[in-house]
Amino acid sequence: MKPQIVLLSAAVLLSSTALASAETLRWARAGDSLTMDPHAQNEGPTGALNHQIMEPLVIRDHSGTIVPALATEWSPSADDPNVWIFKLREGVTFHDGAAFDSSDVKFSLERAMSADSDFKELLASVKEVRAPDSLTIEIVTDGPNPIMPSNLTNMFIMDREWAEANNATKVQDYEGGEDTFAAKNANGTGPFKLISREPDVKTVLQANENYWGNDEFPLDVTEIIFTPIQNPATRVAALLSGEVDFIQDVPVQDLDRVENTEGLDVRTAPQNRVIFFGLNSGADDIANDNVEGKNPLADVRVRQAMNKAINREAIQQVVMRGQSAPAGMIAPPFVNGWDKEMDASSVTDIEGAKALMAEAGYGDGFSIQLDCPNDRYVNDEGICQATVGMLAQIGITVNLDAKPKAQHFPLINTQETDFYMLGWGVPTYDSEYIFNFLVHGKDEKYGSWNATGYDNADLNAKIEGLASNTDLAARNADIAEIWKVVQDEALYIPIHHQVLNWGMKSNIDTVVEAEDSPKFKYIKLN
Amino acid sequence: MLAFVIQRVAQSVLVLLVVGLVAFSMFRFVGDPIDNMLGQERTQADIDRLRTTLGLDQPFVVQYVKFLGGAVQGNFGVSYRQGRPVSDILMERAPATLELAAVSGFLAISIGIGLGVFTAIRRDGWAANTIMSLSLIGVSLPTFLIGILLIYLFSVELGWLPSFGRGDTVRIGGWTTGFLTESGLKALILPSITLGLYQMTLIMRLVRSEMLEVLRQDYIRFARARGLRDRAVNFRHALKNTLVPVITVTGLQLGSIIAFAIITETVFQWPGVGLLFINAIQFVDIPVMAAYLMLISVMFVGINLIVDLLYFSIDPRLRADRTKAH
Repeated sequence: MKPQIVLLSAAVLLSSTALASAETLRWARAGDSLTMDPHAQNEGPTGALNHQIMEPLVIRDHSGTIVPALATEWSPSADDPNVWIFKLREGVTFHDGAAFDSSDVKFSLERAMSADSDFKELLASVKEVRAPDSLTIEIVTDGPNPIMPSNLTNMFIMDREWAEANNATKVQDYEGGEDTFAAKNANGTGPFKLISREPDVKTVLQANENYWGNDEFPLDVTEIIFTPIQNPATRVAALLSGEVDFIQDVPVQDLDRVENTEGLDVRTAPQNRVIFFGLNSGADDIANDNVEGKNPLADVRVRQAMNKAINREAIQQVVMRGQSAPAGMIAPPFVNGWDKEMDASSVTDIEGAKALMAEAGYGDGFSIQLDCPNDRYVNDEGICQATVGMLAQIGITVNLDAKPKAQHFPLINTQETDFYMLGWGVPTYDSEYIFNFLVHGKDEKYGSWNATGYDNADLNAKIEGLASNTDLAARNADIAEIWKVVQDEALYIPIHHQVLNWGMKSNIDTVVEAEDSPKFKYIKLN
Repeated sequence: MLAFVIQRVAQSVLVLLVVGLVAFSMFRFVGDPIDNMLGQERTQADIDRLRTTLGLDQPFVVQYVKFLGGAVQGNFGVSYRQGRPVSDILMERAPATLELAAVSGFLAISIGIGLGVFTAIRRDGWAANTIMSLSLIGVSLPTFLIGILLIYLFSVELGWLPSFGRGDTVRIGGWTTGFLTESGLKALILPSITLGLYQMTLIMRLVRSEMLEVLRQDYIRFARARGLRDRAVNFRHALKNTLVPVITVTGLQLGSIIAFAIITETVFQWPGVGLLFINAIQFVDIPVMAAYLMLISVMFVGINLIVDLLYFSIDPRLRADRTKAH
């Protein structure tokens, strides 16, 4: 090859990389991040935006595996089973140029454990955070904690000096009336820097040229413009008209429209969220039914009959337009403890259900109220309406009461509902999280989402034991045993696993993440 | 005069207080903010603690009195949703709504009066009849549908105008304006048409019927008999006399343009106070809802007060001493 041609092709190559290095991604979803403060709100859009700017010690990659972020290695201490040791990444700097070290980690974890933090429950077992040297962190727990790393995947690290200088050492509290500096500003170690932010309007991020992973990840996107667009029709219109490149929360009725548009694609994956009904089985009598003096839901045969009466395939095809996966247990498929057989165990059997009802003494049926949200899950009210018809087949007359989530969830909180819809995601990818909140009897510390009234002392003890059981085989055996009780007792009626849809320009190459939290450093542009 | 003013101002304050009281008694039916504020991992202890901290465990009258105590000092509290002072958020959002309302109001008045006069003068022409039939669309179609139709046509199909947002804005002091950039002006077109269409058709129909009424009057016939040109008759004599009732209605409609921009702002993701209010309702953000409702009622009460005072000075029949004499 002649030298000139080499030069020419080098120049072409250079200019094409120069073009590729100024790639803006315009990103829209229904809700805006509520605050830039990394510990104030443990909530979807807030975490998703923070993940571009800040980093935890470890993160989940696109496939859900825990991979290094600010920590490079981690393991329980050989000397003390109550201590986790994290080796930190060397040479990392924050966006303002300050060096990252163990004092920042210690500061951030302690901040996340403070009373106003939304993340403190995930660190409830932590007694102390120690920084023996500048690149080592020791997390001391009260008893061994085998799943510590999975509790840290959303625990963002801030710069201690920056927080101190800007009076942001405390998490946003609602009493004070003061604007916390950290609510509108951010100084992280992540792949993107916060350039400007107008809440509910527009947030602009730019690639961090000093990012430690610049050689490790594609990082084809160099600028992100994030705009929340609440109205689903407008959001889809903005994608169709080319005003945005990437949207989350595509309404199921518009999937075909986007898919059939030249240059646009819909990418789909199962979400980390299972939808189910809760039944009040614990009370002696319940208020929202027409049976006097006793509680029909206390009879396990009635609960099993209701489970058999639900036609999950019909809900999947008609209500969800195929965008769901029927469920037989209340754990998403990624979760440790999920069992393929159990998840396929719910089979529609109207005759069997009728027989169980008759056996339980409710051959003539009864009537009960179903409480359902209408603005929380995908087609939530439609699922409930379908359920009304299905339960009518076995003689149960269901009065549906669908209302906004702000009115629905307090009913679960105060146990004023006897038959309710709930959806559950598992950020730790472990069954313990489900048991702690949904199966353990309700008390000050556990079972805060368990409105079933179910409170089994043996099971409670077993659940509490999971937290410190480091023998993973024995722990998994316990998990399987607890699931068996949950299934046999038919505590909940599982419906389906939600499916996530992201709409985007066809040149964007990404995997849909089960947590609905895109990490743009992984995105490739073709 | 002074007694009348004092009486009216006192009445206005009373109305404001009652609006606030009714609002606060309704908030608990909107839902419970606690679940939105705490994450999925909250325990019962967290819930109880936050409820006490926010004072939500107290009767609504107590909450209301606390809110009023802060409000008279200009402190509307902190938004549950954004964790920032409500007054800051409102100041940030007000320019978007006011600019949108101003443009919509301007469109509604200028086009409404223009078409109204036109359809009155050319009463039986095909153009006037077409406009009259089309105006039924403006009166009868719901705002969100008009908005979506406009987006579909002008953004998705033609690609001329943006489907959402305010475009680029320029900051002047504490005010952000979209008037000074091309994208800002473009972004104003669809939302302002959507918001102003109802008012426009209303004004048009009002002007037309008033004008037809006036054109039948003797002094118009006399003016024509004097050989005045059509233009002078229509605009100098007829239109002027038409405008009195039109101005009254328009004044009140302007208030409702600001107050009811909620739907238009939601459809176009317009970052104004209406969108803020919708978000506040979904989140049960009580401080924002309370401040917004108080602000809107101050605006309406203020407009009514001014109208009353204007009437008083214009119309001698309203003066108390005269009425006694009759």
